[in-house]
Amino acid sequence: MAAPPRMLSVLALLGLAALLLVPAFADRFYVQLFTKVMTMAIFAMSLGLLVSGVGLVSLGHGAFFALAAYIVALVSPATEGASLWLALPLAIGGAALAALAIGALAIRTSGVYFIMITLAFGQMLFYLFHDTKIAGGADGLFIAARPVVAVGGIALLQLDHRPSLFYATLVAMAATYLFLGIVSRAPFGKAIEGIRVNEQRMRALGYDTYLHKLVAFGLSGALAGFSGFIYATQYTYVNPALFSWHQSGLALMMVILGGLRSRLGPLVGAFALVLIEELVQAWTTHWLLLIGVFVISVVLTLPNGLVDLLPRLLPRDRRRGVAVDA
Amino acid sequence: MIDDRIAGSPRYRLTRRALLAGGAAAALAGSVPTRFALGQQAKVKLGLMLPYSGTYAALGQNITDAIKLAIAEKGGKLGGREIEYVQVDDESEPAKAPQNANRVVVGEKADFFIGTVHSGVVMAMVKVAREENALLIIPNAGAGAATGQFCAPNIFRTSFSNWQPAFPMGAVAAKRGHKTAAVMAWKYGAGEESVQGFTEGFTKAGGKVVKEFWVPFPDVEFQAQLTELAALKPDALFVFFAGGGAAKFVKDYDGAGLRKSIPLYSTGFLTDGVLKAQGAAAEGLFTTLHYAENLDNPVNKRFRADFQKQTGRAADVYAVQGYDTGQLLIQAMDAVKGDVKAREPMIKAMRAATIDSPRGKFTFSASHNPVQDIYLRTVANGENQFVEVAHKALADPAAGCKMT
Amino acid sequence: MDPTFALIQILNGIQYGLLLFLIASGLTLAFGVLRVINLAHGSFYMVGAYLAFWLTQRTGELWLAIVLGLPLALALGFAIERVMIRFLYERDHLQQVLLTYGLILILNELQSIVFGNEVHGVPAPKALDFSFRLTDTLSYPAYRVAVSIACLAVAATMYGVIQHTRLGMVIRAGSVNREMVEILGFDVRRLSALVFAAGAGLAAFAGMIAAPLSSVYPGLGDQVLIVCFVVVVIGGIGSIKGAFVAALLVGLADTFGKTFAPGLASVAVYALMVATLLWRPQGLFGRNA
Repeated sequence: MAAPPRMLSVLALLGLAALLLVPAFADRFYVQLFTKVMTMAIFAMSLGLLVSGVGLVSLGHGAFFALAAYIVALVSPATEGASLWLALPLAIGGAALAALAIGALAIRTSGVYFIMITLAFGQMLFYLFHDTKIAGGADGLFIAARPVVAVGGIALLQLDHRPSLFYATLVAMAATYLFLGIVSRAPFGKAIEGIRVNEQRMRALGYDTYLHKLVAFGLSGALAGFSGFIYATQYTYVNPALFSWHQSGLALMMVILGGLRSRLGPLVGAFALVLIEELVQAWTTHWLLLIGVFVISVVLTLPNGLVDLLPRLLPRDRRRGVAVDA
Repeated sequence: MIDDRIAGSPRYRLTRRALLAGGAAAALAGSVPTRFALGQQAKVKLGLMLPYSGTYAALGQNITDAIKLAIAEKGGKLGGREIEYVQVDDESEPAKAPQNANRVVVGEKADFFIGTVHSGVVMAMVKVAREENALLIIPNAGAGAATGQFCAPNIFRTSFSNWQPAFPMGAVAAKRGHKTAAVMAWKYGAGEESVQGFTEGFTKAGGKVVKEFWVPFPDVEFQAQLTELAALKPDALFVFFAGGGAAKFVKDYDGAGLRKSIPLYSTGFLTDGVLKAQGAAAEGLFTTLHYAENLDNPVNKRFRADFQKQTGRAADVYAVQGYDTGQLLIQAMDAVKGDVKAREPMIKAMRAATIDSPRGKFTFSASHNPVQDIYLRTVANGENQFVEVAHKALADPAAGCKMT
Repeated sequence: MDPTFALIQILNGIQYGLLLFLIASGLTLAFGVLRVINLAHGSFYMVGAYLAFWLTQRTGELWLAIVLGLPLALALGFAIERVMIRFLYERDHLQQVLLTYGLILILNELQSIVFGNEVHGVPAPKALDFSFRLTDTLSYPAYRVAVSIACLAVAATMYGVIQHTRLGMVIRAGSVNREMVEILGFDVRRLSALVFAAGAGLAAFAGMIAAPLSSVYPGLGDQVLIVCFVVVVIGGIGSIKGAFVAALLVGLADTFGKTFAPGLASVAVYALMVATLLWRPQGLFGRNA
């Protein structure tokens, strides 16, 4: 995963600054909307680690997102919120464990077969939650109250307070982004990049490629679980549909749409997709037609994803600068 | 939540300041939702969150058109105020439902929150309605919990609970001489609650359910279960399927030659809206529902003619539920003369409303679900025709409803 | 289980499997030769079903609808290949996934705009409007038998064409080494368009003959898409023979899953896929990936 060129970083920082101001200037609805967008961005970034990091395309990634969300619902007491110190580690840990278990089997396959085996695991979990009564069945589960962030009985953060949740999510998103940056620069990141480019060679060099892929899969599942935790906290309602391949497909679409070559890709994809959906839905009930046209135009005109669009928005002479930077 | 509403976004801060300046000290108590402070003459906003794409799109369209028809008949106004419609396509996708619900309630600040068809999506809407104290009217989805465990003063339903049309079928099947029955349904909320209703009614009337067949939702491959059923040979079969699955099931059942040996019973969703697709395979089927096309009352006749004229389509039960949603809105707004801020008197009026529906008059139970007649119907000449009243004024038991 | 009914269940599974093969065959063909992951394959199935509905209404007979509709479906496949797909052969699989996903959205919405959202029935051909008696309670519609025969006929024809004709030879060569075919002087462009159109045509044909059994309604194509991929992957990508065997396996797994584990029937098919891939990571008849 290439680090973004400097100009992209500048744009990203500008975007971040704009986001910081959302709760101060925008309507309450936009606070919620952007909380959701940022949650999806974390989810997309977690998948990005797999897709553009290791070259493993998962179509069952929604399972880890959903599992974490369900864990929040299941550990929440009937009338009050669960403690964050309990719910968050359990959600992330549960998702990571599931990812390790599924990954251990799935990584034995590759290419399209890997896509399909992850899909199969996702679908099996979907039907498990949809068809059995272990967690509310098809109707899903309500969470009575949002997790409580308190130390010694003193509340540190009110997740019920929408701007607080917004900023907490913003911090989570930035942290995830920076964390993935650290990972990609660490020896582990270099190793998985090597595996993506030429697995045989890495194996010949003595790397345990299976183990590396598995760790990456587990890490990616844990991050997906992190976003699932935020989703459950924001909406306090979980449904088996979160497990379905539509959800996994949505994340994959964000990753590809944003661009596979840049670490910013999944982020850009998540923002673009959710916001464009929001926009065109207001125009016509046949809005999905417009989404389809949009997706196809991006594929045909921007081979490297929407990230390519950003530098083009800048004045010409600056663009040359980008090329030199890159 | 209240804390958030006042201190949250600048718009609310601004409104509150403006109100203070205007001397509306009552607003300080936080009991009056500030979003209605814009004044009486603004348009009433109806937020429709319904499926406009996907398998249930036809249902969403019929509900929408019938709501508009009911209001247009009363001069196109509610409580003397002009109307603005906001339509959001929920795609019958529960994963997107919370965000869609937020768009209608928080983003659009709709005065009435109306929807939907899919039970999973409606549960998300119930959640948002409870959190934001939005006035939710459900024009179809029968999830029992919406007017049961999660009932609330601000949640009404103008359609049915899944249990409701299925329960009387139990007695009907027993009365027709069946001692044993099998049940077959999609494995999801609506299927399970329908089966519960039927089983309860059938057992009470002395029958015995000998086997439950579950089909993964929304799978439409029934051959395996039909073969097993043929081997089992119960006296009767009760099913729950709807839409495309219902069309296919009825044809498969007929094709397998089972109709003569094992009579088929269902709630009306098996045949409503899909009769044309089922053709001869559906002729003679018995179903129970809160509506039949040829009900002999003037409201029904007028409504069917008007709906046909307006849309070019024949009205079905979904259109009727939409129409009654419109009628409930009219009564609610008339009762408070268009003042949506007057939430308590409005809810009181809605609770006490008698809806003169094409399905016959009905009222609301303490849990805000219709108390209505359930009819036994049979398919004749490609129409669901009234046979008799299967259960008079049936109310949903509303298990777990504690109205606060 | 009574042996008669066990036998009937096996027949049910085979019949469902044959239809799955017909739908999936076009997908595996395009996959094998073009290396294109076509998510819109289910949409061609839907296009076929709606063509069957529309043309049967006009002409009164499903036979005529198929004769008239098939060229339309082939033309649609050909056009889509020329306008969009051909730009993607050299690109990442993922972009194909994305583009064909966009295509699903567009085709679904066009269907909704052109045909509306109601559920429609398509009458079976009058000549086949009877059934065979199997037991005292159960019969089997003749049309279902006819569908199975049609599926078998298509399977046999595909086998014949691919194994024994010049075109088939080129297709086989193309699925192994695309460049080689180009070097040998074949017009790969035309071959690609042809294969893609054939894949679309097969899916549409499946939609047409299944229409009297399944009815025609929005979202129809999305329902078959995933199970199609399951079939293709279990069989081994690009292998027609594999798709045939896998389709029958999936059909049987689905049928018996519903009989023996009704609560979790849907898991059976996916469990079959997982088990197959753990045993043979490239599918039953796939070449080493």
